Amino acid sequence: MEQIDSTIRGRTAIVGFAELPTQRTYPGRSTLSLFAEVARDAILDAGMRLAEIDGLITGDSTNSLLVAQTLGLTPRYTASMTLHGANGASAVATAAAAIAAGLATNVLCIFGESRPASSSRLNAEAVARDGGGPRTLASEWEAPYGPVIAANGGYGLMKQRHMFQYGTTQEQFAKCVVDERFNAVENANALWVGDLITIDDVLASRMTNDPLHLLEGVMPCSGANAAIVTSAERARTLPHPPVFILGVGGPVVTNDTMRTSHDITVSPTAIAAPLALAMAGYAPPDIEFVQFYDCYSIYVMMCIEDAGLCPKGEVGGFYQDTDTTYLGTFPINTDGGQIGGGQPTGAGGFRHVVEAARQIMRRGGSRQVPKADLCLVNGNGGIASVVTTLVLGSAATL
Amino acid sequence: MPEFKKPGPRPANEALTRPFWEAAQQHRFVVPQCVACDDFFWPPRAACPSCLREAWKWAEVSGRARLYSFTIVRQPANPAFLEGVPYVYALVDLEEGIRMVSNVVDCLLDDLQNEMSLVAMFEEMGDGWTLVKFRPARRQAR
Repeated sequence: MEQIDSTIRGRTAIVGFAELPTQRTYPGRSTLSLFAEVARDAILDAGMRLAEIDGLITGDSTNSLLVAQTLGLTPRYTASMTLHGANGASAVATAAAAIAAGLATNVLCIFGESRPASSSRLNAEAVARDGGGPRTLASEWEAPYGPVIAANGGYGLMKQRHMFQYGTTQEQFAKCVVDERFNAVENANALWVGDLITIDDVLASRMTNDPLHLLEGVMPCSGANAAIVTSAERARTLPHPPVFILGVGGPVVTNDTMRTSHDITVSPTAIAAPLALAMAGYAPPDIEFVQFYDCYSIYVMMCIEDAGLCPKGEVGGFYQDTDTTYLGTFPINTDGGQIGGGQPTGAGGFRHVVEAARQIMRRGGSRQVPKADLCLVNGNGGIASVVTTLVLGSAATL
Repeated sequence: MPEFKKPGPRPANEALTRPFWEAAQQHRFVVPQCVACDDFFWPPRAACPSCLREAWKWAEVSGRARLYSFTIVRQPANPAFLEGVPYVYALVDLEEGIRMVSNVVDCLLDDLQNEMSLVAMFEEMGDGWTLVKFRPARRQAR
């Protein structure tokens, strides 16, 4: 690999965060109302004042201009991410670069959405009734062939190919879901709090599209989360232990899963994670726990391989043999991730960042992992189209 | 009139892809091929993704392909497709080196296998549209 410039390694840190519970809806509340609450909480958590926030990064559901003016912020640096599920990790990467370059000092990264009470199925039907939504590559080259709801098609295709190439079994995919749900049970902010399931429950859930089971996906939800990134110097003066940004890889864009000839069992993580690790000066065996984007079990699993945490094609056996709960030897998505916690639209990819910070600050409560100094965070957008990987660590890892 | 209708192809750029759909109506399967570097590519776009030159032509392809991956649809996004479930939504690799989404038809679900040989066929969907779909290739006599 080419030499990695580590100029921004350890120069910035996450110093505070806030998260609203993930639930189906927030009746009577707008997205910007959720943003106001979670911004206030995150700024207080960081031990800062509103007037100190001079950078703002947000995502697809609400652009940064609208958010800034609604929250009464006057940032000198702002950006709107348009990478969907990769927004959260990408925002932290962008904040770290902007602060290290002197463009901002205290950056609020904020995501979320208050969704209407609807389901993916009803949304799909509304689009169909409407004549099929916007004209895109998909409306020309996929819609006439009868695609399935949401992203189930693309991830079903990835899972099918993974099972063919590597012999990964349904039970192994189900284990990923069961472990994440176990973690969600200890998370008061999770949709499925208190509701354990077994491998048999996953296997008994209906196929949305073979070989994908309903319980391997995520429940579309409402919610919001936010975090404050600042310089390492300032971080040391604030109330919480700093969560240093040690390495950044991405946002990396690779081949189009639905349209380009390539191995669809490989995600952009295969490029992003080595970049992040090289900048941080760590190798996969050093990583103590991970928070990986998990829109479907197949995706978190193939990214575990692509990040070098197990050999390519062996993630099925890895899950079978490894307790990946917060009690286990290699904890994955300790808050339940999106599979166990729900997918708050707009904020789904940031929950992984928030939980990594929570654990590294030793604020995990009943689900605190004992080894919480070095974490790999992965964010994914589109149909395995774009990934940003972060290496986050405590002061001990600098 | 039924509430839901199977959508025809709705191009983002009708002028760009009209030759593909006109050829399909005549049961000819054409894809973009770069005049400069000879690469086939998919989907059609302004410039060849291998060399970014805009000089490309529509080239007829053999229709011979392999099944790369497939998923069996039980809950289509558009309820108009419910009448056909379960059906096969697939990624198909053409021998010219490009990949596309299509349906595999005329095949029992139990007989589906990754890398099986397929051939293109044409299916009229009414409203003047003809879709390119794929079916298992007949075993060739040696």
